[in-house]
Amino acid sequence: MKAKIKVTLKNGVLDPQGKAIEGALGSLGFSGVDHVRQGKYFEIDLKETDPVRAREQVRAMCEKLIANTVIENYDIELA
Amino acid sequence: MKTAVVTFPGINRETDMMRALKLVTGKAPVNLWHTETELPGGLDLVVVPGGFSYGDYLRCGAIAARSPIMAAIRAKALNGLKVLGVCNGFQIITEAGLLPGALVRNASLHFVCREVKLKVENNRTFFTNRMKRGQIVSCPVAHGEGNYICDADTLKALEAEGRVVFRYAQGTNPNGAMNDIAGIVNGAGNVIGMMPHPENMIEPLHGKLDCLPLFESLLAA
Repeated sequence: MKAKIKVTLKNGVLDPQGKAIEGALGSLGFSGVDHVRQGKYFEIDLKETDPVRAREQVRAMCEKLIANTVIENYDIELA
Repeated sequence: MKTAVVTFPGINRETDMMRALKLVTGKAPVNLWHTETELPGGLDLVVVPGGFSYGDYLRCGAIAARSPIMAAIRAKALNGLKVLGVCNGFQIITEAGLLPGALVRNASLHFVCREVKLKVENNRTFFTNRMKRGQIVSCPVAHGEGNYICDADTLKALEAEGRVVFRYAQGTNPNGAMNDIAGIVNGAGNVIGMMPHPENMIEPLHGKLDCLPLFESLLAA
């Protein structure tokens, strides 16, 4: 199976990189951009074929390494 | 006293830290490699120094925090071993769960390498007992991700329990850290993390000796 993981900053955590991107979009002439938040995206190929076990494995990976749950949320999609 | 300094791939301040520890303790620290699974016996202090472990991949300090040596350090820290994390070391021990909160990208988005003013808020720790409370010293910083953040309850507890050890003073906060926090201590008092580099302000060639009393504090602790 393939796991697709999105890691995003929690609400309330300052995102200066998102702010910089927001500023750059504005200077390129893209008006109407209210707010930009940036995050990370991971793809992990798994040997596991059972979706329930795969999700549990990936959840453990996120908790232990891929996300810092003090500042980040994660979202797992299996395919 | 017996001290040790940990080296991970990408760490670059271990030599400065070993020199500082030797200067005050009179004995060369043990240099530990990140793959080691046990600490030498009789250690009084482990320092996790600054640098860019694993190129700051994933998050600063994240990969180093999961290395074999950190599991050994975490286990001993829970039993009272003194641990000091400086700069990347602060990021690493925070990622390892030894201190609360996180260090994120500087609010300015710029890497900052300059001198700041540090105010000693808590002089009852193993690294500040030779200082006066409220004393302000000069200290260099060099980091891109030193912006300390934590949730509101943690911040309240840190302040109420006097666990903010160092604060940036006189408008010198270089990174946007909450409440100007530059360094904190854990509840048990044996783990300290700080972003500035006190090991680089202790010898005449550094220009000032402001941070020498911090290292001398180790002798009294």
